[in-house]
Amino acid sequence: MTIATSLEDACAALAAEPGSLVLAGGTDLMVEVNRGSRSVEDVVALNRIPELAGWHLTGDELRLGAGVTFAEICDPEIAALVPALAQAARTVGSPQIRNAATIGGNIATASPAGDSIPVLAALDAVLELRSAEASREVPVTEFITGVKATCLMPGELIEAVRVPVLDGPQEFCKVGPRNAMVISVASLALLVDRSARRIRVGLGSVSPMPLRATQAEDHVSGHLDWDNGVPPRLEVVREFAELVASSASPIDDHRGSAAYRRHAVRVLAQRSLTRVLNRVSSS
Amino acid sequence: MTDLATSKRTAAPRIGEDTPRPDGVPKVAGTFAFSSDLHHDRMLWGGTLRSPHPSARIRSVDISAAVAVTGVHAVLTNEDVPGSLTYGLEHRDQPVLAADVVRYEGEPVAIVAADNPEALRMAIDAIAVDYEPLDPLVDPDLAERADPIHPDGNLVRRINLIHGDQDVSGEVQVEGTYEVGMQDQAFLGPESGMAVPAEDGGIDLYVATQWLHSDRDQVADCLGLDPARVRLTLSGVGGAFGAREDLSLHVHLCMLALHTRRPVKMVYSREESFHGHVHRHPARMWFRHHADRDGTIVRVESRLVLDGGAYASSSGAVIANATCFAAGPYRVPSAHIDGAVVRTNNPPCGAMRGFGAVQTCYAHEAQMDRLADALGMDPVELRLHNALAPGDELLTGQTITGTAPVAEVIRTCADHPSGASMAVDPMELPGGAGRTADPEHVVRGEAFALGFKNLLFSEGFDDFSEASCHLADGVATITSACAEVGQGFVTLAQQITCEVLGVDDVVLLPASTDGIGSAGSTSASRQTWMSGGAIQEACGQVRVQLLERLAAEHGVDADDLVVADGRVVSMAGGLEIDLVEATAEPIEASVVFRHAPTLPLDENGQGDAHVSFAFSAHRAIVDVDVELGLVKVVELTTSQDVGRVLNPLQTIGQLEGGAAQGVGLAVMEEVLVEGGRIRNASFTDYLVPTALDMPPVEIAALIEQAEPGAPFGAKGIGEPPSISSTAAVAAAIRNATGLDLPRVPVRPTDIVFPEGAA
Ligand SMILES: Cc1cc2nc3c(=O)[nH]c(=O)nc-3n(C[C@H](O)[C@H](O)[C@H](O)COP(=O)(O)OP(=O)(O)OC[C@H]3O[C@@H](n4cnc5c(N)ncnc54)[C@H](O)[C@@H]3O)c2cc1C
Repeated sequence: MTIATSLEDACAALAAEPGSLVLAGGTDLMVEVNRGSRSVEDVVALNRIPELAGWHLTGDELRLGAGVTFAEICDPEIAALVPALAQAARTVGSPQIRNAATIGGNIATASPAGDSIPVLAALDAVLELRSAEASREVPVTEFITGVKATCLMPGELIEAVRVPVLDGPQEFCKVGPRNAMVISVASLALLVDRSARRIRVGLGSVSPMPLRATQAEDHVSGHLDWDNGVPPRLEVVREFAELVASSASPIDDHRGSAAYRRHAVRVLAQRSLTRVLNRVSSS
Repeated sequence: MTDLATSKRTAAPRIGEDTPRPDGVPKVAGTFAFSSDLHHDRMLWGGTLRSPHPSARIRSVDISAAVAVTGVHAVLTNEDVPGSLTYGLEHRDQPVLAADVVRYEGEPVAIVAADNPEALRMAIDAIAVDYEPLDPLVDPDLAERADPIHPDGNLVRRINLIHGDQDVSGEVQVEGTYEVGMQDQAFLGPESGMAVPAEDGGIDLYVATQWLHSDRDQVADCLGLDPARVRLTLSGVGGAFGAREDLSLHVHLCMLALHTRRPVKMVYSREESFHGHVHRHPARMWFRHHADRDGTIVRVESRLVLDGGAYASSSGAVIANATCFAAGPYRVPSAHIDGAVVRTNNPPCGAMRGFGAVQTCYAHEAQMDRLADALGMDPVELRLHNALAPGDELLTGQTITGTAPVAEVIRTCADHPSGASMAVDPMELPGGAGRTADPEHVVRGEAFALGFKNLLFSEGFDDFSEASCHLADGVATITSACAEVGQGFVTLAQQITCEVLGVDDVVLLPASTDGIGSAGSTSASRQTWMSGGAIQEACGQVRVQLLERLAAEHGVDADDLVVADGRVVSMAGGLEIDLVEATAEPIEASVVFRHAPTLPLDENGQGDAHVSFAFSAHRAIVDVDVELGLVKVVELTTSQDVGRVLNPLQTIGQLEGGAAQGVGLAVMEEVLVEGGRIRNASFTDYLVPTALDMPPVEIAALIEQAEPGAPFGAKGIGEPPSISSTAAVAAAIRNATGLDLPRVPVRPTDIVFPEGAA
């Protein structure tokens, strides 16, 4: 077990034992270890690495270390910059989980139900990956290649996530059969990008990989009155919701049916668009 | 002699006073030792190989590879069971370890003891079982016609209750079919314990359980040992709710310890725990209510099918409750209730808080609302109009001789003002932290439900509890085998002793089978009455002995002496003796407490089968996001018939906790079983209410009418809160949505696609 205290240490330990388990908050990893589906031979712990902790803002770009926890993302300072990410963070597990769970771990787990993913997809987030030899940058939508599958190479770590600070309101909504601490059955992030005159939509739990509802984005972005903020006709909102629903490719499982998931993102699309438009027109 | 006025003493807790649990702070601080924390320097780790099939023939079991694993000390199968091959609460129909067939997914097939958990896991994986999977019987409606899956047949018990004139019918009739899913007790402390082999060839078993002596007898039988050589001691219990009434790892631990001559510890994983204990019976229920135009119930007909799963457990008693209380706490002069519990290859079901009355309450209350609707009558008025009262007959023909403040329970709950306002923050609306709803997406519903059940054991069971009190040097030592599983006996034993003996110091010895007889089970809302009654009587006898001794010593009349606040004083004055001095020579009494006898049910389900009844009502207010099918229970108001409040703090705890389990069953708690397999054996997917799901519980009234025969008149209070709460919440969702919702838990899709589109 290596308790790395610098990024260099961690990369060196991983280069020496490329099969090592990378441990951040452990909230996904330990579940698998306890279940017996992962053995713990060599472990590289990341939680003492200062470079992975903390965040900073450069111009219109926010850089979050992979070790930033969801509790930290709920902080008002971050919430002011990326409101949807903070809202998503607030839906993750319980306070205990949010204190331990990191954004890097959420991305690396690559679960279709990972709550940061739809927001990061909607933000076109870029991941900084790093190994002993090299570093590279990959958009989150390319990083995740399937259900719990990523393009992370042996010896490689997620160092940070970079997202733009957009001008405009944001919404993240998540449906589950319990009012808190529940795995997402369907979720949706909707962001207004005033300078690009675009609505951005990311969906969660309705596809194996991070999903942008691009057709729906195109449609609604073109129908909005960006200059005067006059609300669109109800029909436009409905068409938008319909396009969002049809972009989903959900599955049936014991947590929810495909029909319900598709229905849910349609409802979330309509409601979240209405919410942000209300805020646009009232400001 | 001491001066009364100047002596400073911390008052010991008395009856009716808030008394905090001694284990409360340790549990919150994490220092309380649960049965999973047991440790012995020489201990081995025990584990279980379980069937992956709901139904299969076992062709062979090959343990050779497992035995060869380094660090393994024992691998035992059915052939190694020293005594009785089967056990069970009512019928010994459940194999200690499967022999030639497995009847449910997770049935134990072999057990292993090893130096450490890793060797244990490897050895369990190395056991080769050759199964021939069979088609599982999973539909309870087909069970009686299907080939028997057990030598005892597929019908565990049928009660064909026939009451009153069978030829009557009502002008107004309402009919409905209802279903209840499988709920789990969802205790936090998984099954765990430790067995330590004893010098005398016997065994000491430390385990979390609800009934030490019943466990002891079953364990001794399976080990082929004299019960005197099997000693059980209660270890820290992390919740029970019925799931610890049956044996789980008990015999396995003892077999491994006796075989290896080493202490053996076992702790189930969460997933294993879901397979390792019984659940609440899923139920399918049909009802037809007949009433006159004025709302008087004339007749109730019902068919009940409970799925008992693979083994009998306490199914026989559960169906008796479901049947006897099928129509609810109403005057019903004519009834035909056909109640059956059947055997299937689904997970075994047994005891859970509410014990059969929960399922039927959900159905009979839905029927009452339907009837009110058909009559154009206020639902609360309809309930009041038909409410049982002392002197009325139950469906069993038994007359209620004790208290039955049903009308008071209804009125106080229904009349209580609601404090529920409409939330604006999405967090407080349906969907909670997911922020899915705004106020305009939400409809509010409100409904009322009433429920009841029996207290203590019924149907002629010899129900008793033994306790002893030893008073010396002013300290009362109480011995009882009553299992404290969170219900609060620890404070009650102390309060009752202080109240009767006027002492300040009470020592409650650890519950064990050593040195005291059975206290009976911590179930059926019975321990306050039964073991509380035993302690009250034992202390009372000690008090009489003490006063008689002092009276003789001091030449006064014993009737003139009273004990209070640590002293004995004569009312006439002149005599005042400190209890510590007075009891330098110890006094002891031991009693076996029994409640009034009951009778078995006859072939028509008639007879004085029950002792006492407790009633409760809930009013639920819910917000429903109809479009997403999400629910927020906004407020629960309750009134309960409690006899007498002994510890107000604990009473509130029981009412809130029970209601939380009721809310859970109404909106989310279900063990999903498909083809006999559990699909959600984890707290990731078996959801229980969080703080955002559980509303405040408003206690409108605790109706205190002293129950004859009960200590201080106190009725058991543990079960009623989880009976009417589910029915009230489900009805409130119905009220909000206008849907029938004939099944709990109500799932989002039941609201979004009521026609069953998906
Ligand atoms: C009770 C409970 C509730 C939960 N609720 C939610 C929820 O509501 N929403 C949700 O999205 N998730 C939830 N989760 C899952 C989990 O908490 C999150 O996915 C979390 O973000 C994982 O982060 P972690 O730091 O704990 O990762 P770990 O468990 O330490 O690691 C997870 C995976 O990521 C890898 N990894 C971690 N950091 C890095 C890195 N910097 N570079 C490369 N690989 C890395 C690890 O090797 C491992 O494979 C829940 C988990 C639990 C136990």
